[in-house]
Amino acid sequence: MSSKPRPRPDVFNTGFWQAAREGRFTIQRCDDCGDAHYPGTPVCPKCLSSSQSWAPASGRGTLLSWVRFHRAYWDGFREEVPYGVVLVGLEEGPMMLSNLVGAEPEDCTIGEKLEVTLDTSDPEWTLPKWRRVGRA
Amino acid sequence: MPNTAFHKLKDRIAVVGVGNTAYGNFPHTDDYGLGAEAFRRAVEDCGLDKNQVDGLGVCRVPYYARMGEILGLNPRWTVQFPPHGRMSAMAIIEAAAALDAGLCDYAALIYANIGRSRRVNYGGEESPGVWDPFGFTSPGAAHALMFQRHMALYGTTTRQLAEVSVAVRHHACLNPDAVMKQPITIEDHEATRPITAPLRLLDYCLINDGAVCLILTTKERARDLKKPPVMISGFGAREAYTGSSISNFNLNFWYDEVQDVARQTYGMAGVGPNDVDALMCYDNFSPTVLFSLEGLGFCKQGEAGSFVEGGTLRLGGRLPTNTDGGHLSNSYMQGWALNVEAVRQVRGECGARQVPNAQVVQFVATTPCSRSIIYTPG
Ligand SMILES: [Zn+2]
Repeated sequence: MSSKPRPRPDVFNTGFWQAAREGRFTIQRCDDCGDAHYPGTPVCPKCLSSSQSWAPASGRGTLLSWVRFHRAYWDGFREEVPYGVVLVGLEEGPMMLSNLVGAEPEDCTIGEKLEVTLDTSDPEWTLPKWRRVGRA
Repeated sequence: MPNTAFHKLKDRIAVVGVGNTAYGNFPHTDDYGLGAEAFRRAVEDCGLDKNQVDGLGVCRVPYYARMGEILGLNPRWTVQFPPHGRMSAMAIIEAAAALDAGLCDYAALIYANIGRSRRVNYGGEESPGVWDPFGFTSPGAAHALMFQRHMALYGTTTRQLAEVSVAVRHHACLNPDAVMKQPITIEDHEATRPITAPLRLLDYCLINDGAVCLILTTKERARDLKKPPVMISGFGAREAYTGSSISNFNLNFWYDEVQDVARQTYGMAGVGPNDVDALMCYDNFSPTVLFSLEGLGFCKQGEAGSFVEGGTLRLGGRLPTNTDGGHLSNSYMQGWALNVEAVRQVRGECGARQVPNAQVVQFVATTPCSRSIIYTPG
């Protein structure tokens, strides 16, 4: 079985994946102005400070959109097509792409609340995924 | 509105020569071979001595110096643009500014694409990204995300989206150069296989080989050339780099940016959407056309679906769009062929697909680098 692509974080994003491995869902926050962003950046896009930390994120978000892949761009996803990818707007502001757990996007409404759930099925890389609120 | 000092370039710079290769699958040649062919045709089109070309812009051609060597050019202005789809109008505007500043007298812009022969995929391992572990990749998927949201917010339907593909295919059928020449219907669109739902095969641009060249000069120099010049009467620009880790995506369909571009472009040209005789709209994926129509103000935000219903975009309709067949059905020349088509429409050279008395022809690219150009007769 071919494996799926794994995260290939640059030096500014290793902290996110380290925290996820430890069971924490985080967002990069500027220590000086509080701006929240993702993926991580070398300086704060708002104030250019280099002082930034991977801070706890609420894990609450909103379904902004979704797409269903009928084409497998990687062999590792071939057995899962057609699979869904959701666009989530985090409560803190940034957007993330991920997958929905325990439901199909077609069942959901755009604008609906979602909550994060950490997928630990790959022991090396914990992936933040999303589920419908109160329906786990 | 940003500083509009650039409006002084109104009707100062002309496109004087255009050329394109055949479009298709050409493994016997390469980027340089195709680029050279397009350049030769553009030179013939304007009757210029090719040695007078002293400005060279290349896009998706691997190495500007090799292109110059092949064409026997030693210019005094050279720019290499990255091989991204959004570069055509960016390059034309850069060339206009360079010509106006006297950095060169005749600028040749050459675009070549050999993606068909090279089997380019535009996704997966060939373009690694942040979201790969979740199975997300490709510009098409980003447009699917946007169209899904457009449907949810405004009630737009895939049958309305089909109007785009059907209209431009109709135009391709009238264009001898076009790759796709079978007419399609809305039902055909609805029946094709999904790729990244809600987008289907017929919402995707072609991938084919080919090349395009435009030659530009100042208004004064243009008078001495073979054909009546086509003037650059207006242009505008705005990027959206925030959030670009999700490539080719904008949560608000680049509406604010294209509105800004529209104000700059129409303000410079002194015209409005109602004056536009034909629109050449960057159509990497069909939803981009709907977003462009809204951003430019042809309809209100959210109303592009109903605006395009009933053949609005077809020849003879209210706003003939992509009269060469666009990226969806003519050729994947990433905006470059659409600018050539705009020039030919203003010249009245388009034969069966000619828009009668095309006086104001607009190009628009609604992308992370949005641009528009208005062309009028010199
Ligand atoms: Zn900051």
